[in-house]
Amino acid sequence: MSSDPTILSVENVSLSFGGNAAISNVSFDVRQGEIRAIIGPNGAGKTSMLNCCSGFYRPQKGRILYKGNGLDQDVTKIPPHNIASLGIARTFQNIALYTGLSTLDNLMAARHIHMKQTMLDSMLFWGRALREEVEHREFIEEIIDFLEIAHIRKAVVGALPYGLRKRVELGRALALEPKLLLLDEPMAGMNVEEKEDMARFILDIHERRGVTIVLIEHDMGLVMDISDRVVVLDFGVKIGDGTPDDIKSNEKVIHAYLGQE
Amino acid sequence: MAVLRPAGDFDRSYQQDMSILRKPWHLLVTVLAIGVLYLTPFLNSAYITFTLNRIAYTVIALQGLNFLTGFTGQISLGQAGFMLVGGYASALVSTYWGLPIWLAIPFAALATGGVGLLFGLPSLRVKGFYLAMATLAAQFIIPWLTRQPFLADYLGGTKGFIDVPTATIFGVSLGEQSQFVYLSVTVMLIMTVLANNISRTRLGRAFVAIRDNDLAAELLGVNLFSYKLRAFFIAAVFAGVAGALRAHSQRAVGTELGYNLVESVLFLGMLVIGGLGTNLGPYLGGIFVILVSDFALWFGPRLAEIFPSNAAALQSSFRPIFFGMVLVLFLIFEPRGMAHRWTLIKAAWRLRPFAR
Ligand SMILES: Nc1ncnc2c1ncn2[C@@H]1O[C@H](COP(=O)(O)OP(=O)(O)OP(=O)(O)O)[C@@H](O)[C@H]1O
Ligand SMILES: [Mg+2]
Repeated sequence: MSSDPTILSVENVSLSFGGNAAISNVSFDVRQGEIRAIIGPNGAGKTSMLNCCSGFYRPQKGRILYKGNGLDQDVTKIPPHNIASLGIARTFQNIALYTGLSTLDNLMAARHIHMKQTMLDSMLFWGRALREEVEHREFIEEIIDFLEIAHIRKAVVGALPYGLRKRVELGRALALEPKLLLLDEPMAGMNVEEKEDMARFILDIHERRGVTIVLIEHDMGLVMDISDRVVVLDFGVKIGDGTPDDIKSNEKVIHAYLGQE
Repeated sequence: MAVLRPAGDFDRSYQQDMSILRKPWHLLVTVLAIGVLYLTPFLNSAYITFTLNRIAYTVIALQGLNFLTGFTGQISLGQAGFMLVGGYASALVSTYWGLPIWLAIPFAALATGGVGLLFGLPSLRVKGFYLAMATLAAQFIIPWLTRQPFLADYLGGTKGFIDVPTATIFGVSLGEQSQFVYLSVTVMLIMTVLANNISRTRLGRAFVAIRDNDLAAELLGVNLFSYKLRAFFIAAVFAGVAGALRAHSQRAVGTELGYNLVESVLFLGMLVIGGLGTNLGPYLGGIFVILVSDFALWFGPRLAEIFPSNAAALQSSFRPIFFGMVLVLFLIFEPRGMAHRWTLIKAAWRLRPFAR
């Protein structure tokens, strides 16, 4: 791809909510093709950081440059509905699916930006609309097979168990065909078996589809296993950044985690 | 919602899976049902044809409101007001430009769509209850405008209505209710096809995405404002068509004939009863409410005959009380609407004899 190995560059970002600083002057970068983890104790600002990267929150200071298209695009200045077409997709800590739609329609809804049919095409449902619906359905079915959710294809997602909903949400993010995938605690609240499945999916997405991944996760063993580099946040401040081995021996990080008990 | 299908019932292509009439017998039943609709005038019943016309324009208005409220989740209290725009638009272009009905209806649709866009603009800033207030503004401003003296020559002013020319198609007059049925049923079927198509393609999914999770929808590339405006536009287009049909079937249009806030609220009620956000909802809710309210209208005077001492009270209050009770019972026992019950019945039928 592009010669610049960086896909996302977070520069001096600060975010506060009515005087309470959630993130203070944090900088880090994400390299093309890596798995980058963000860890930290509860309330450290991990989700807030991810929200800034996906254009969901606007930081008061700093910028976040996305370079996935060979340009320096400042995510903090782009309207939220244009983020997806840059190639950035995400999942949410508290699952944000379209609860009234089936699994299939949730994924199809994520093809929105890749479809060209107009309002009139949709109404008449012939020609372009019909062709597109079939083409994109084929694309979606591949994701459904990959995530092993074929059996719930037509089930309304609001009624699905938690683990499956997490999986459908991952599928919806994949349906955007992202270059950069932001995952907020994709394995939280899952049992061991579900966690293993999810880890396998994430590694597969990374290797087979070449998607760069930013991952928030509390399970240290898992983070150290699968990520290339780790950022550590504590009270909105970056206290560590490096390979899993660097992080394991970082005094501040050890202190932050032990001091918590 | 079709989660379960019996073994052996599978599709050979995605296109077949997507289509509504998946099987030959689906098509057969549909053709038969449509045939019956077109034969109703031969029953020679004034009530049936008159009611069929009312059902047709009500269902169309509900389909439009369903896109705005049921699919996109934006409560609107202005659907009757938009119908009034459609009725007047169609009446005026027929009277002054001599447009035939098959041109007057699309014209009314687009004109009303434009007005709908205008009143949809507040959706950029406000949501939920506050947006409902903005649509309420439409419901007040539009009827008020039609009664203004400076427009009296065209809209009837304080008289509250204007006459609407008889519709003709291929030189055949549709002045009688029994003749008008052919037009209203045809238009209703066309609008039903359009509504079904919207609900199963890109546009419909974007609407539901906004309803179920607007913030996620935005991050997945749906431009909230633009799609809310589209929902307003489509709701108004359907209202415009419904209003045009109503004006030509009643041969008059204006605030004297209704189109008021009570109607707008009633439309919401019908939609809730039928099933918000379902394609069947507008049909079930519209037909059910119209028939129940007709029954109450007929039954009140009968009761008054039986209980002459309370005749006056029964004459005036039976209908609203009975009708109100039916609505309340419905909300208690079937809060998700008749369409939901229908899917349960279908599911149970597929699982027979294992489920009751
Ligand atoms: N929308 C908001 N309004 C006000 N305060 C917020 C908001 N979002 C986050 N915060 C605050 O910002 C701080 C960081 O929260 P954040 O959700 O980013 O933490 P986190 O690291 O994701 O924690 P967890 O591990 O519990 O998910 C917290 O003190 C939180 O209360
Ligand atoms: Mg969090």
